[in-house]
Amino acid sequence: MQWETVIGLEVHTQLTTQSKIFSGASIAFGAAPNTQACQVDIALPGVLPVLNKGAVERAIRFGLAIGAKLNRTNVFARKNYFYPDLPKGYQISQYELPIVEGGHLSIQVGDAEKTIRITRAHLEEDAGKSLHEDFHGMTGIDLNRAGTPLLEIVSEPDMRSAKEAVAYARALHTLVTWIGICDGNMQEGSFRVDANVSVRPVGQKEFGTRREIKNLNSFRFLEQAIDYEVRWQIERIEDGHKIQQATVLFNPDTGETRAMRSKEDAHDYRYFPDPDLLPVKLDEAWIEQVKAGLPELPEQKQARYRERFGLSAYDAGTLTASRAMAEYFEAVLAALPARGENAKLAANWIMGDLSAALNKAELDIAANRIPAKQLAGLLARIQDGTLSGKLAKQVFEAMWNEGGEADAIIEAKGLKQVSDAGAIEPLIDEVLAANPKSVEEFRSGKEKAFNALVGQVMKASKGKANPAQVNELLRKKLG
Amino acid sequence: MTHTLRSLSTLLADGKASSVELCRDYLARIQALNPTLNAFITVDADRTLAEAAAADARRAAGQAGPLTGVPVAHKDIFCAEGWLTTCGSKILANFVSPYDAHVIEQFKAAGMPTLGKTNMDEFAMGSSNETSFFGPVKNPWDTARVPGGSSGGSAACVAAGLAPAATGTDTGGSIRQPAALCGITGLKPTYGVVSRYGMIAFASSLDQGGPMGRTAEDCAWLLNVMAGFDVRDSTSLERVKEDYTRDLTKPLAGLRIGLPREFFGEGLSGDTARAVEAAIDQYRKLGAETVEVGLPNSRLSVAAYYVLAPAEASSNLSRFDGVRYGYRTPEYRDLTDMYEKTRAEGFGAEVKRRIMIGTYVLSHGYYDAYYIQAQRLRRLIANDFAEAFRQCDVILGPTAPTTAFRLGEKADDPVQMYLSDIYTIAVNLAGLPGMSLPCGFDGQGLPIGLQLIGNYFAEAKMLNVAHQFQLATDWHARAPQGI
Repeated sequence: MQWETVIGLEVHTQLTTQSKIFSGASIAFGAAPNTQACQVDIALPGVLPVLNKGAVERAIRFGLAIGAKLNRTNVFARKNYFYPDLPKGYQISQYELPIVEGGHLSIQVGDAEKTIRITRAHLEEDAGKSLHEDFHGMTGIDLNRAGTPLLEIVSEPDMRSAKEAVAYARALHTLVTWIGICDGNMQEGSFRVDANVSVRPVGQKEFGTRREIKNLNSFRFLEQAIDYEVRWQIERIEDGHKIQQATVLFNPDTGETRAMRSKEDAHDYRYFPDPDLLPVKLDEAWIEQVKAGLPELPEQKQARYRERFGLSAYDAGTLTASRAMAEYFEAVLAALPARGENAKLAANWIMGDLSAALNKAELDIAANRIPAKQLAGLLARIQDGTLSGKLAKQVFEAMWNEGGEADAIIEAKGLKQVSDAGAIEPLIDEVLAANPKSVEEFRSGKEKAFNALVGQVMKASKGKANPAQVNELLRKKLG
Repeated sequence: MTHTLRSLSTLLADGKASSVELCRDYLARIQALNPTLNAFITVDADRTLAEAAAADARRAAGQAGPLTGVPVAHKDIFCAEGWLTTCGSKILANFVSPYDAHVIEQFKAAGMPTLGKTNMDEFAMGSSNETSFFGPVKNPWDTARVPGGSSGGSAACVAAGLAPAATGTDTGGSIRQPAALCGITGLKPTYGVVSRYGMIAFASSLDQGGPMGRTAEDCAWLLNVMAGFDVRDSTSLERVKEDYTRDLTKPLAGLRIGLPREFFGEGLSGDTARAVEAAIDQYRKLGAETVEVGLPNSRLSVAAYYVLAPAEASSNLSRFDGVRYGYRTPEYRDLTDMYEKTRAEGFGAEVKRRIMIGTYVLSHGYYDAYYIQAQRLRRLIANDFAEAFRQCDVILGPTAPTTAFRLGEKADDPVQMYLSDIYTIAVNLAGLPGMSLPCGFDGQGLPIGLQLIGNYFAEAKMLNVAHQFQLATDWHARAPQGI
């Protein structure tokens, strides 16, 4: 039987506020346990939550960026359950009326483009951490993380492969960092993915029973976990079993998923509107103000790059993989004259030599050593014929390793392309005199012999002669 | 010891007494009578006298406010830094608060020393003060009887002159009903007027702190201290600070008093009905008019309340889990066992009953039928009041259906106990201000309370209406004898 995979993702993004969502305590990562937990965070008797407006503002940014409906009135609810790292015995989250509803995100898998619908995004507080090591026979509780603001982004089950799920997660990661609502740091847990996975026979309308893989903190694990889970589910069904709804964990060491709890012991969270917090009202002026502050978004930029610069979908996608990348590309263009014609050249160099150098050095574009103006200086010398492609690579290498402006490197290393007929003609004369056989072959109609002669001239010039000019002068001489 | 705040303020201002002297007198009286009344859970004379000395120093420095040096007792629901703050429960019997509630901050800013923390029903759940882990409070008028609840300790200590005034909280009548049963004056403000920050939550959408004193004037003075916007309570209302004494002396001519027909039907004891009727006559003599109004949905208020309040309480009390503070069972096998034993041992029967009711009504499949339905009733009840206030300025009726009942009389019958609050609960559901003031005594010499209900933010008006009554009568001036 042919099987189809169905995937929906729930992503917890930690928001970039200074303080917690309902208290004034800092959310900086890595502080000593319980030093960033105030009386509200540890849920002393009598304390009350006060909503951090910055968290709401970031949710508005996200809603606007995905073309969602922003609920002008949205409501915080209590999700009740007992756990030692949940100090109040309930988590404040949004349930029936989330701040963001609907919206969508485009992804690219290979050459195919696809739109993933987003169901909702809601604000909530994070729990603390239970520390099971270090304490013999006991559990330590660190409440520094308790109350950290999260935006949980829930997609529709629109993805049909692990690759699509990864593409969506990456696109979402790009977007939330792009609009500055999340630092995207997956090691520190700022961007955590839960994947709901099910399989069904191709052609079947109803979804299969899903299992939820919790807390995936890298794109690689996301892909591995889904691939494993899909194989496991298909095998179970083909062996005659039914899939039970369950929450599972992925073990990166074994590459396997394993059930944590099944639906039978699912909690009844007893949601109800939190009476300590008033419904959140979003006024139009505020939304307009947030909208005005939004940068051009990746999808908008991609469309512009394709239409205005004639770049391919792939190039446009790569150049907008991060805001830093796109800003670099645009800065290079801005430093070049007649931008439209330069786009392809700039794109090729950024995606080619520059990306390769960054990858080799394991650097992010944000840590790029070559300022945009410097790269533009190099490209300008290619355009005006000063540098051949080959020479340009040498200049780039020097620029990467030692720094400096293109002109200074060209000057210092004597890498300037020779376009002076007076300097090239004597070289041609020498080559023609030394290669009578090739001259003979060319004259008898063998075009290949001409290329050999060009090569000899280039060699004689130590690669500095302008190839186009060599071509032209040689034809004239052989004419 | 039947001083009013005004008389104490004058004594201090005239230099006829110091705060330390006043506090010594009250502490001596507490020492003598509290073993009988059990009105206080915690008394800390050293701390009180240190605060009194600071108040005297402030006065000497010429920085005294009108109430600087006047001591006050606080219901043990308010977190006060350095004070044991138990909320009447075993689960918090060892909890010393590391911070001050907004209300406590306000009293500190006014320079008013704390005389102690008063006894209360556990987590404010009760109408007789019998659910306290620290034992019941006795009614100073008859120590075989209950003082009402949940602010029973505050009511009893004011009635018996152990404190000139006290704070209370009112979720379904917990200021007004004990004020009525102990013969004092108490006011529950409009929801949002007094900050709930640091006031241990029972039912967040209903809880409201308020003053309890000998007179309406005292309540006005206390409310001036207690009220105020607090950014730490999202339900606190941002309003211009009011002087609640400003209208006390206004004459009542032309006042329209609404009499809800639902408050004068069956269930009201004869003595109470007669006393309330007499009060109405008194008001007519003062120039007020009366108009009959209807509160048709008020009969549903107890039912709605006993869905909503337990629902919120079941969640609010989840933090008492033995993990971070408070009581933890000494022996347990694992986490679940620790939770179960801690809460089974730490909470009393009434609290557990309400946690179970609340958990049930919020459960999947029952939520719509109970919680949502009760919220609808709540709106209907509020609409009734809105309609009534089109025809009148204040609403008047009894505070409680009966005078103080005997200890143990209703302890085993929760429904009878819940009906003690039948006239007060609707006010909390609507978020309106309400107060109780003495209006007579029954045949056994037990005080009877008169309830006034105002429109939103009509505290000054209600205090005016109560004060004018107290200028014309002396029910509030009587004190229990023989204790």
